[in-house]
Amino acid sequence: MSDHTTQAASAAGAADADLTRLTAVEMADRLAAGTLTSVELTQAHLDRIERLDPTVHAFLLVDAEGALATAREVDAARAAGEELPRLAGVPVAVKDIACTQGLTTTAGSRMLEDFVPPYDATIVTRLRDARMPILGKTNMDEFAMGSSTEHSAFGPTRNPWDLDRIPGGSGGGSSAAVAAYLAPLAIGSDTGGSIRQPAAVTGTVGTKPTYGAVSRYGIIALASSLDQIGPCARTVADAALLHEVIAGHDPMDSTSVDAPVPDVVGAAGTTDLAGLRVGVVREISGSDQGFQPGVQARFEEALDALRDLGAEITEVSCPHFAYAMAAYYLILPSEASSNLARYDAMRYGLRVTPDGSPSAEQVMGASRDAGFGDEVKRRIILGTYALSSGYYDAYYGQAQKVRTLIARDFEAAFDQVDVLVSPTSPTTAFRIGDKTEDPMAMYLNDIATIPANLAGVPGMSVPSGTADEDGLPTGLQVLAPAMQDQRLYAVGAALEARLRERQGGYVIEQAPEIEVRA
Amino acid sequence: MSTRTTAGPERTVAYDDLLTRYEPVLGLEVHVELGTATKMFCGCATGFGAEPNTQTCPVCLGLPGALPVVNRTAVESAIRIGLALNCGIADWCRFARKNYFYPDMPKNFQTSQYDEPIAVDGWLDVEVPPREGVDEEPFTYRVEIERAHMEEDTGKSTHVGGATGRIHGASHSLVDYNRAGIPLIEIVTKPLTGAGERAPEVARAYVAALRDLLRALDVSDVKMEQGSLRCDANVSLMPTGVERFGTRTETKNVNSLRSVERAVRYEMTRHAAVLDAGESIVQETRHWHEDTGVTTSGRPKSDADDYRYFPEPDLVPVAPTREDVERLRATLPENPAERRRRLQEEWGYSDLEMRDVVNAGAVEVIETTVAAGASPAAARKWWMGELARRAKTAGEDGGAVDLLDLGVTPAHVAELDSLVTGGRLNDSMARQTLEGVLAGEGTPTEVADARSLELVQDDGALQGAVEEVIAENPDVVEKIRGGKVQAVGALIGQVMKKMRGQADAGRARELILETLGVQG
Repeated sequence: MSDHTTQAASAAGAADADLTRLTAVEMADRLAAGTLTSVELTQAHLDRIERLDPTVHAFLLVDAEGALATAREVDAARAAGEELPRLAGVPVAVKDIACTQGLTTTAGSRMLEDFVPPYDATIVTRLRDARMPILGKTNMDEFAMGSSTEHSAFGPTRNPWDLDRIPGGSGGGSSAAVAAYLAPLAIGSDTGGSIRQPAAVTGTVGTKPTYGAVSRYGIIALASSLDQIGPCARTVADAALLHEVIAGHDPMDSTSVDAPVPDVVGAAGTTDLAGLRVGVVREISGSDQGFQPGVQARFEEALDALRDLGAEITEVSCPHFAYAMAAYYLILPSEASSNLARYDAMRYGLRVTPDGSPSAEQVMGASRDAGFGDEVKRRIILGTYALSSGYYDAYYGQAQKVRTLIARDFEAAFDQVDVLVSPTSPTTAFRIGDKTEDPMAMYLNDIATIPANLAGVPGMSVPSGTADEDGLPTGLQVLAPAMQDQRLYAVGAALEARLRERQGGYVIEQAPEIEVRA
Repeated sequence: MSTRTTAGPERTVAYDDLLTRYEPVLGLEVHVELGTATKMFCGCATGFGAEPNTQTCPVCLGLPGALPVVNRTAVESAIRIGLALNCGIADWCRFARKNYFYPDMPKNFQTSQYDEPIAVDGWLDVEVPPREGVDEEPFTYRVEIERAHMEEDTGKSTHVGGATGRIHGASHSLVDYNRAGIPLIEIVTKPLTGAGERAPEVARAYVAALRDLLRALDVSDVKMEQGSLRCDANVSLMPTGVERFGTRTETKNVNSLRSVERAVRYEMTRHAAVLDAGESIVQETRHWHEDTGVTTSGRPKSDADDYRYFPEPDLVPVAPTREDVERLRATLPENPAERRRRLQEEWGYSDLEMRDVVNAGAVEVIETTVAAGASPAAARKWWMGELARRAKTAGEDGGAVDLLDLGVTPAHVAELDSLVTGGRLNDSMARQTLEGVLAGEGTPTEVADARSLELVQDDGALQGAVEEVIAENPDVVEKIRGGKVQAVGALIGQVMKKMRGQADAGRARELILETLGVQG
């Protein structure tokens, strides 16, 4: 670990540090009280981004002008006495997987390097309706395929806790932005853990809501039946506020759930878990899966804390979780191979024209070869194979059966307990470059997070401390039955409060100040 | 890759000749563009003939992040079509993705139903008209329906710079995505066997019957020339006495009813020539050429084409309830063929009369006229006679117009008939009245009033005229009294003259004989 003298950083950093270190709740309160303007707050974040993001590389695009324009409108509206949404004026960063009208949206791919969407994703519309200045678009593994952000075509994002380490993935940009105080809130997407695993390794909070709870319209699809959008934040209460903004039925998404949004904001005020039944899933609890000792130790402590808070801890078994990884790496590539077929250079995106007078097919081939990175190609090939006639039943069909069994495991478990818990990620943040040559090692990062996507149930990662051996953050994953997202916030908030009590602050506050690199 | 070009016409054998050795097996796939206001999975308009790429949005252009939403009206139309074809309706079915790369397909997969269609296992009875001098009766054939399923149309490619307008040899291609995402229903028959020499006619009669049915359902404008009804004809031959189907070809670009029949007939003669030579039919798509009346080789097609179908994860299953289905069943129109049979019986027309009415496209107009109160005989007399004659030359250029475009409505004809049966007008007065209606002078009653056309009903006036005529013609009266009753005609003529034609001649006769005390 680097020493903490860098906290002295620079005098230039002092001014923005005060405002950016507030929680989103505090920001919203001060804005509402009139003791802070959105322009000041937004500018503080933009200044910090300008100073630190060349080092962290959390953003692929910063829209200072757009963010400040929204901030000015909010300030004017407030001055005029207009009633405003709770998060009006609080800036937010958006993963580059969500289409933003007029703002380049790349999904971390060369293929879409110059793609400017003509429309907003539904969640972006909701952010605009909530009057939140959008700071910019955050880095990610190409088309959300990865667990480290190293598969971004535009270079990796660095973990604010240790710049030589990965911030998790695929949504490493969003988590790093929040962890580095470049944004108080960010949007992530989670197909197999892409919100939760980055949250765990950056000491932040991330929620994957129930499948269908948040609209996917305008979100660049990886695997349609697994993708879900969710909030990234530094505190559970902040995450709940953003969750409330983006959740809710959308007629543009057929898989969107038409039901009231659970009271996540109310649940985020929970301090007591008396009578709550918590299940430890044997298959992903880490005790015999070779999870890192520091991760394991913080998990055990978190269980003790939950017990202290009144929860009743029991062990449950979900036997089919053992097959989750195998099923996931058939379903995801299958759907992805079809979802990514549209990138053919015909209507938008990168076009590479081979010499001579090439056919449309040759232009498609050359463009896809140049536009997609290795991990994307690997999964397209895998998925194309798995869906091929003669193999469909053995692969895709079989994987769907496993998926059903995993959903039944969850149902059986939730008959016995109210929530399930596990370590979010088997290890703390690994070093950049450590696993890029070994796809299987990379895939295993998501072993605990994947089952929730297969079953569509909600999950959250909340900081559980730092590992003794490397001082890096660890996360507790909480899982709840579908449409019971508020339970995640209740458990997360209570644990967060208990850790704050013991340690005198949020886990993220232990992160060192970032040393600017040339 | 072998691109086979056809330099000249391929070998064929005489049609009558092949039937002695082969039995044709047909399979017809009909694509119907639904007439919904919006596309299958987005809110874009569907109108024909708009400027290219003006009826598009992120969804039908396959932009990143766009998601489909099923058009409810399209599902209802699909169910109604299924019911009208006597199919079972699935209580749960899904869409799938059919994956293949082609520039006119924005997502590079077509969202289509695959192994879970909305409608399965139906039938449609078709009537093949009798051949002149050969058959007495029409030939009825039951076409078994395998399935009807929902899918989306692709964009439309225009290949520029080549000689044929096809992709081969073209310098570049233009794609119009206005058509991408238009709702389609694909209706697939089971293999049609046993039609023998009538197979080409059965194919045509089936497409015609389907077109009538779809029109009656009001789900599509069913215009073959605009592509809103498209037929792909699968043809194979099996040697007589053999049970196993032969290798089939699928002929596309069949854009009229006549072409359906011709294309099937041509393929049968071509297959027979290939088989006679001991060669094998290549399983492939064939392209029909309306002008030359032949098919040419398209792309090879095999059952092993791998579209990597899987259930569309962006859509939820379609699950119509029993109540939904019954509600839709209640909206079904009568089957057009059954309806014709029923109307013929109700109207008491002969087979020949009914066929003339059907061929003239006058079934609806006569039905409406009868419903408005006319007798079926009168309705037929006016529409198929005087009015049909006028319609043939009433166009601006002297060409034909639709009966309903003459300016005479079924209500007018019914009114005219009631004026005749009520005794106000006789036949020649009715024709004069119709003249006025055609000239835009108003309704029949208005015209008759304006032109003072009315048989005199008042016996007083008539009696006066009768008595005058009797007094003026003692010699004729003498003849009548003497038993030459037919001489009354001369008196009737004079009475009519006095009445200026506005009397009922029959009544005048009665009154003359009554006055003279002579038995008619």
